[in-house]
Amino acid sequence: MQAVVQTAVRYLPIALLALAWEVVARLNIVDTLALPPLDKVAVAWVDLIRDGELLDNGVASIYRGFAGLLLAVIVGGGLGVVMARSRLFDMFVNPLVELFYPLPKSALIPVTVLWLGFGDGSKILLIFLGCMIPVTIGAYNGARGADHALVWSARSMGAGRLRLIWDVVMPSALPELLNGVRTALALAFILLVSSELIVSQRGFGYLIGYLGSSGAYEGMYAVVLTVAFLGFAADRFYQSVMQWLLRWRE
Amino acid sequence: MNAQGNVQANIQANAQGSAQGSAQGQILVERVNHTYRPARGRAVLALSDITLEVRPREFLALLGPSGCGKSTLLYLIGGFQPIEAGRIVVEGKPVTGPGPDRGIVFQHFALFPWKTVRANILYGLERQGMPRAEREQRAQAFIDMVGLRGFEDSYPSHLSGGMKQRTAIARTLAFDPDILLMDEPFGALDAQTRSLMQTELLNIWKRTPKTVIFVTHDVQEAVYLAERVAVMSARPGRIKAIVETKFANRDPGIFRSKEFVEKVDEIWNLVRDEAIKAQERTQERA
Repeated sequence: MQAVVQTAVRYLPIALLALAWEVVARLNIVDTLALPPLDKVAVAWVDLIRDGELLDNGVASIYRGFAGLLLAVIVGGGLGVVMARSRLFDMFVNPLVELFYPLPKSALIPVTVLWLGFGDGSKILLIFLGCMIPVTIGAYNGARGADHALVWSARSMGAGRLRLIWDVVMPSALPELLNGVRTALALAFILLVSSELIVSQRGFGYLIGYLGSSGAYEGMYAVVLTVAFLGFAADRFYQSVMQWLLRWRE
Repeated sequence: MNAQGNVQANIQANAQGSAQGSAQGQILVERVNHTYRPARGRAVLALSDITLEVRPREFLALLGPSGCGKSTLLYLIGGFQPIEAGRIVVEGKPVTGPGPDRGIVFQHFALFPWKTVRANILYGLERQGMPRAEREQRAQAFIDMVGLRGFEDSYPSHLSGGMKQRTAIARTLAFDPDILLMDEPFGALDAQTRSLMQTELLNIWKRTPKTVIFVTHDVQEAVYLAERVAVMSARPGRIKAIVETKFANRDPGIFRSKEFVEKVDEIWNLVRDEAIKAQERTQERA
């Protein structure tokens, strides 16, 4: 019961914001075209669900986002750990990472389209490239911070070089790696929607652009809110996974 | 058979195993030099011409002021750092890297924080390829030996300092190295825990005869625990003297006996000058 009350209090500001939205729209304080009342947005949302459009485009977006992020975690995590363990590899790759780091990844949208076309491939590549950076940096810093006493302990107990990476370096890198992945998760949503908005025939971004340009503003808001909710839910879910994976900390 | 009996049986079997081969547990350090090269700043000679024999099943303390290189010497014997000049021979073989014949216990425990007490103790046994049933049984025996029954599934972050060090000692003893390298193992514990752990370590050592090298800067601790104390000089570390510290018994009451107090005085006199030198050097730098 107490938990329910706590949750209710926590999300009270959101309820208040929704209420303010409704009031402002109903009283015609702003143009109802620019800000349609929430109940109309809700009706548009139900319509989009009913004709399958939201689901169809949503599946495409989630597939792209998930695939790009998964690739980024695997490749970026591996890259970061190897960089931390091999000075030679670090020497070659580190300058590339530093060069790529400040580049706004959205600038690569036309490039990835040029390479892989309008479909899933270009979105997955863009998300992969963008998300890899925070994951790599997290894994790199985490792996470099591995306590040498732990490494030595494992070696004295008979762990070989590869075992050492798996048994000691990876788990040592985990907290920072997981923080990097959280940043990457947020970035994935940004890159996904912006690339779909610009060049795509499917996905949340495409749907927002399409509904917006055809004047179906209630529907447009419905999709925007859906994406916002999904981003929030994904982050919440990720945080609980992270907490479980790091349950050994204080 | 109860758990305690199991430990006894295990330990006796180990003792018999260790009896074969005369060089078992023997360490020879011959003319070892070591230079410390910080990432920035000048290289410093940390160890100079160290020659030392540690006898099989001996308890030897390495005593010296901070920064004298005593831990470095321990790491060289452990095979964790490359030997630049001279050689170290363990059980007849020159040291080229770490190995399960030499277990190490660190001041800050070095437990795998993501593993429970049990999983930490099991790790060495897994790496040794011991069959599952056997290693589970052995891990439990050592958990019982260090009095951690009931905490098997706790993570290190939920344990007190003393319990962490008990876990670390159990983890190292469990894979049965001939040699135990201890790097100021009780340095991070409070005074009471420290005193209890010292007595406990002596009891364990009596039951599982192993060669122990115990690094410390605490004279009383060295005299109480060790059979011989190797006193090191301030940097560059040299072996300044080796003092016999064998006593007929080692009850905690020994701290008040005349012979113990005299021994502590004798060694403290050897260490004091070095400690002052080390301190002056720190002040110069500051």
